[in-house]
Amino acid sequence: MSDIADASVLRASGLRKEYGKGAGMVRAVDGVDLDVAGGETVAVMGPSGCGKSTLLHLLGGLDRPSDGEVWLAGRRIDRIGEKALARMRRTAVGFVFQAFHLMDELTAVENVELSALLAGRSPRTARRRAVDLLERVGLADRAGFLPSALSGGQRQRVAIARALSNEPTVVLADEPTGNLDSAATLEVLRLFESLHEAGQTLLIVTHDSRIAATADRLISMRDGAFVDETRLTGGTSGQLGALAGLEG
Amino acid sequence: MRQEVVLALLAKEPSHGYDLRARLREALGPLGEDMNPGQVYVTLTRLERSGLVESERSTGLADRPDRKLYALTAEGQQRVAGWLAEVSWPKPDLAEFHLKLVAAAAAGLADPLTIVDTQRRELLRRLREAQRAAMAEPNGSDAALLLEGIVLRLQADLRWLEECERNWNRRGSGS
Repeated sequence: MSDIADASVLRASGLRKEYGKGAGMVRAVDGVDLDVAGGETVAVMGPSGCGKSTLLHLLGGLDRPSDGEVWLAGRRIDRIGEKALARMRRTAVGFVFQAFHLMDELTAVENVELSALLAGRSPRTARRRAVDLLERVGLADRAGFLPSALSGGQRQRVAIARALSNEPTVVLADEPTGNLDSAATLEVLRLFESLHEAGQTLLIVTHDSRIAATADRLISMRDGAFVDETRLTGGTSGQLGALAGLEG
Repeated sequence: MRQEVVLALLAKEPSHGYDLRARLREALGPLGEDMNPGQVYVTLTRLERSGLVESERSTGLADRPDRKLYALTAEGQQRVAGWLAEVSWPKPDLAEFHLKLVAAAAAGLADPLTIVDTQRRELLRRLREAQRAAMAEPNGSDAALLLEGIVLRLQADLRWLEECERNWNRRGSGS
């Protein structure tokens, strides 16, 4: 593609999404500019209703903006046709949702291979890749299990394996630990960390400060707009002991 | 760290200072690494002086010099029992931060929202550090549980900062 101009793999400018008309109009996303570089983990954090899920839908091509541009993998997607958009969603984006959205009647490995099959891979290739991915998320021994036989944390790891199935440019996660207890949250965070180390670009929207704190860059969102941005990488304070009440 | 912690560790069996240090480090994980290595020995000496522990010299192994083996005295045992039954909890100093915002706003010296933002960034950095340490611990380790406590407290503080922001935002906009 000739129009890949820079290192950013996901970019939005002047993004707006409005629902309703006149006095009842709601601006769910109200003028967002965003630039995510390849390999970066970005968290967008805000209270429920701040527009972060809508934003994620716009960025992943699940919904179209009222105004503004979305560029994904070097291609502008906000105006392309339905078929082309569906193709971008299948190939360039991996989605992870709070409620997992696994098919209950399919086993873990069948859930993971499904998106590769839909993208036109051969059954043999799709299966081999699905098995590899389940191994990567630490669930090789659960490949033949139905979702109902897995814990919440395991289901979310299957969903993450599925999101990786087509080697997406970016993984978009919407409140990925919202349904998990703290041990399962830790499992998912460890997995995201290993994806990050492998160079996967990741955008997470959440109200959970715990996930947000693991990102490279944290954006605060309120009333449809970005209000603050913090880079969290860099030196550590070495204050953990003090936080637990231990003096030096 | 209170003397009673070292005292209570001795309740299991008479031990060398070295063993107590090892047990502390295991329970504290990465937090134990910051501990002053001499602290246990200093504490044991103080405890012995106040009659809560007693020591005898044990014969050294080939690769180690002679070491003192410490044991609780009857008084020490009583102190441990009292400490275990005691109800205490650290007091976070929320009032100071709250009054900082109140005073800054009243005097027009600083924007309370800027103070909240700065504080939030600092807490997020600490949360990141605690979270990373927790991710590096094996599931179910004693140290992981302690780190989880730090993470949860920081999350609670961050939630309170959200409330502070909402409150001062509203006042600032005059509604």
